[in-house]
Amino acid sequence: MKTDQLIDMLSTNVEPVKSGQIWKPLIWALAIGGAASFCVMLATVGLRTDAAGGVHIGFLALKLLFMLSVISTGTALLMKLIRPGQEAQKLFRFLFLPFLAAGFVGIVALALQPPSAWDRMILGTEWVTCLFCIPLFAVVPFALLIWALRKGAPTNLKRTGAIAGLVAGALGATAYAFHCPDDSLTFMAIWYGAMVVLCAWIGARLGPWLLRW
Amino acid sequence: MDVRSTEPELRTLMMAGLGGDAAAHKALLERLSGQLRAYFKGQLGRFNRGPVEAEDLVQEALIAIHTRRHTYDPSQLFTPWVYAIAHYKFVDYLRRTKSSINDLPIENAAEATAQDDSTHVESSLDLEKLMAGLSPRVRQAIQYVKIEGLSVSEAAVRCGMSESNVKVSVHRGLKALALQITREGADHED
Repeated sequence: MKTDQLIDMLSTNVEPVKSGQIWKPLIWALAIGGAASFCVMLATVGLRTDAAGGVHIGFLALKLLFMLSVISTGTALLMKLIRPGQEAQKLFRFLFLPFLAAGFVGIVALALQPPSAWDRMILGTEWVTCLFCIPLFAVVPFALLIWALRKGAPTNLKRTGAIAGLVAGALGATAYAFHCPDDSLTFMAIWYGAMVVLCAWIGARLGPWLLRW
Repeated sequence: MDVRSTEPELRTLMMAGLGGDAAAHKALLERLSGQLRAYFKGQLGRFNRGPVEAEDLVQEALIAIHTRRHTYDPSQLFTPWVYAIAHYKFVDYLRRTKSSINDLPIENAAEATAQDDSTHVESSLDLEKLMAGLSPRVRQAIQYVKIEGLSVSEAAVRCGMSESNVKVSVHRGLKALALQITREGADHED
């Protein structure tokens, strides 16, 4: 085939491009993915029970703050990553902030308590549940995010996959926070942080394979 | 290539094309094909690959530029967007043909020329063969809208589909063609 022939083909009946075509799928993926992981949480472990002390607004708010800051920075980064030729280095550094902040308060919380309390603060009552639930709740958001990102043109597939995994993991952790009976900042920093990072790592491995275009 | 001289012009064409101006879009793709050909020949020259492979890549990049043009942010420069796509397609080509930067013979480094209009070279792709790989509905939509140049509404009547279905089919078809180019290209290299 000659290139002129192809150009004729491509420039016959050119449709105008609507603005918003690029970010709408991402927003949908976040909204539906978030709702789906909340439903999976309800269907499996359920909301935190009164037996576990009912909902503790303060700790729930801190967990949500941690995760929502990861989600918002990650989403802003994804918006850049699906547009070829855009520098995202600065924003990328911002991504570490929530983790550093959570790690810092986690250590401070430990320092304020006697070592005898550390076991309970680190392992909580349900660290194993947390370990399984966050990646499980992240599956649907991850699939939806991949679908949305494929509508863009990511050129760094590994990094885009990693951020997609990170955001999906954070959505999963957000849903899990409504169940989580462990009111400990150290617990949050370690297990929430580690599981979200694990999701990012899986995303980085899958990215080049799922996002190729 | 002197980016500063072509950027404003290409950008103007791109913006008009995004608005649905077919003539501007065609002019843009023609200008870009010359630049892309120079770019890919320069890159491929270092791997001892010839003009046919370069033409495959030019066509692949043009389809990518066309089907992904909604990813261009009008508040940014246009040239980096094009080159990010071209570079992505080149790296992808290296990966699927299992070449690597290590194969690079330095003495064969070819100079990239700014514009290369050697349009006589055909890619290794046969349009009819590629079209045969599409589903009948999609093939029909591409045939009417993109090759025969019927309007979307005329094509909708002929295919017995709604206009939005025709548009979706055309879009899918172009992406499927790009995918087949990728696969065909890989077959030729192996």
